[in-house]
Amino acid sequence: MAKSAFLKSSIAKKYWMALTGLFLCLFLVGHLIGNLQLFKSGYEGALQFNKYALFMTTNPLIKIMSYVTYISILFHAIDGIYLAIQNKKARPVAYAMNNSSANTSFSSRNMAVLGTLVLFFIATHMINFWAKMKFGTGMPLLVKEIVDPNVGAKQYMLIATPESPQQNVPVQGPVFDNNILKKQPIADIYIDGNKIVNKKNNDVLFEGYKDLHKLTISFFKSKARLFNVIPNEGLVFTIFYVLSMAILGFHLWHGFQSAFQSLGINNKFTPAIKTFGKLFSVIVPILFAIIPVYIHFILK
Amino acid sequence: MATKKNININLKIWRQKNAKEKGKMETYKLDNVSTDSSFLEMLDQLNEQLVNNQQEPVAFDHDCREGICGMCSLYINGRAHGPDTGTTTCQLHMRKFKDGETIFIEPWRSKAFPVVKDLVVDRSSFDRIQQAGGFVSVNTSGNTIDANATPINKQDADKAFEAAACIGCGACVATCKNGSAMLFVGAKVSQYALLPQGQVEATQRVLNMVRQMDEEGFGNCTNTGACEVECPKGISLENIARMNREYLKASMK
Ligand code: HEM
Ligand code: SF4
Ligand code: FES
Repeated sequence: MAKSAFLKSSIAKKYWMALTGLFLCLFLVGHLIGNLQLFKSGYEGALQFNKYALFMTTNPLIKIMSYVTYISILFHAIDGIYLAIQNKKARPVAYAMNNSSANTSFSSRNMAVLGTLVLFFIATHMINFWAKMKFGTGMPLLVKEIVDPNVGAKQYMLIATPESPQQNVPVQGPVFDNNILKKQPIADIYIDGNKIVNKKNNDVLFEGYKDLHKLTISFFKSKARLFNVIPNEGLVFTIFYVLSMAILGFHLWHGFQSAFQSLGINNKFTPAIKTFGKLFSVIVPILFAIIPVYIHFILK
Repeated sequence: MATKKNININLKIWRQKNAKEKGKMETYKLDNVSTDSSFLEMLDQLNEQLVNNQQEPVAFDHDCREGICGMCSLYINGRAHGPDTGTTTCQLHMRKFKDGETIFIEPWRSKAFPVVKDLVVDRSSFDRIQQAGGFVSVNTSGNTIDANATPINKQDADKAFEAAACIGCGACVATCKNGSAMLFVGAKVSQYALLPQGQVEATQRVLNMVRQMDEEGFGNCTNTGACEVECPKGISLENIARMNREYLKASMK
């Protein structure tokens, strides 16, 4: 009996909410450290960020962690929404007058709404970056721009990873992706992920870096029209990201310390946990949010 | 000492004939209410007025009228037991209200506390949770051991006593946005979990009480903390955390 109760009972569901929620907090820290590298500008910054991205998509340990993250998000969201529906049913007739702000915080009363908005953000974010990185065939490869001091003309180098069969190779322009290859075919090659492959025998000729750095910068700097209507989509994305981080902050304002209570931890450390949780819920979202702001408004 | 002052108030009260029928908020005017009277005395005064006018008096729960039985309920102006904290409705006084004020009075709202009539709800779901494990089995065949013969450290004894102060009023459920009974059940589990006498049945107790709580249709705690604020006996959220630990321990066995 105890076993079946471990998934179904109210308290067990709370353990899972808390464990997945705290794991996602840990994930946020890791993700943030990666993102902060975007402040390093120029080619050096791009190389470092793309190396980091390559490491994150290939390292087996990170792979396991990423699956735990996907499962956590799904489980946390499904369990959270399920709990919220059950909780609504526990009060079929609403109060005509309810002064709930007298005894609870805004965040604690709106966890499900805040969480659903976070879920919406995560979905759009994954479509725009994660899916392009993982499945997209249009990702450009990292190209270095070199200005020859004697001639003054710009030259472009396709940058190879240490594992690449071929060293850096000169290319025509600053962008190197499958679209360019369609317009200006070079022999019989195509780009598969971060590899350049011979069409005929599928030999890997070259291994480069997917230029996630460029994708990110151009995403927040884009002057294109969103859905062909709203001008300056880069600004729209920047505002959307800042708002989403504020929402995440509210979710964590209550959520961080709440997870410890759910796990049965309420003791002399609780005041410290609460303080840390509040700092966490303010600092982490702000650090995430200043990245698009920096890219859109400050980065040249 | 007493401020001799009477106030006139408007009341919006939930009226419902019986468990089956749909209820609705009704408005009443009540003049000359002494600010020294208790909230329940004010309702008595309203009922006298209703009876004099050949109307059905408002049904509401009460018993001891001294804050210890837990019978009085009432969601007053959007808060369980009214605007004061740490009190029951019977201990709430009319000096907390202003002349001309409109006061909302509603029953506890919870699927597990169905309305019986007007402001009276059926709280027997709490009894069933208690029956599922809120007790210690003592052999009373003549060789009962004196409770004081078992040494208990002061800290645990105090905490158990604080948990045992719960009067089962249901304010925690009423105020919780999730209609969760975890403060009540947490207090009842803690009261025994902290004492040596409670250890024998500890595993079954927490599993059975939580199962019964879920079956009754109470919601799931999201740690908003409203219950702790509104509990007339100051039962702490620590008791919910303790229940969660006890439940984890019991589920592992
Ligand atoms: C990065 C993303 C997220 C993080 C770091 C996070 C973190 C947390 C934490 C730590 C808690 C407290 C757990 C507890 O009280 O035991 C929580 C609660 C909650 N989360 Fe999230 N969350 C995230 C995304 C989401 C999403 C996408 C949803 C989906 C709809 C969601 C819905 C909820 C709900 C409804 C609760 C309250 C449930 C309860 O306390 O029982 N969260 N979250
Ligand atoms: S925990 Fe407090 S509010 Fe809940 S039933 Fe017990 S005394 Fe009433
Ligand atoms: S009537 Fe007994 S506590 Fe209020």
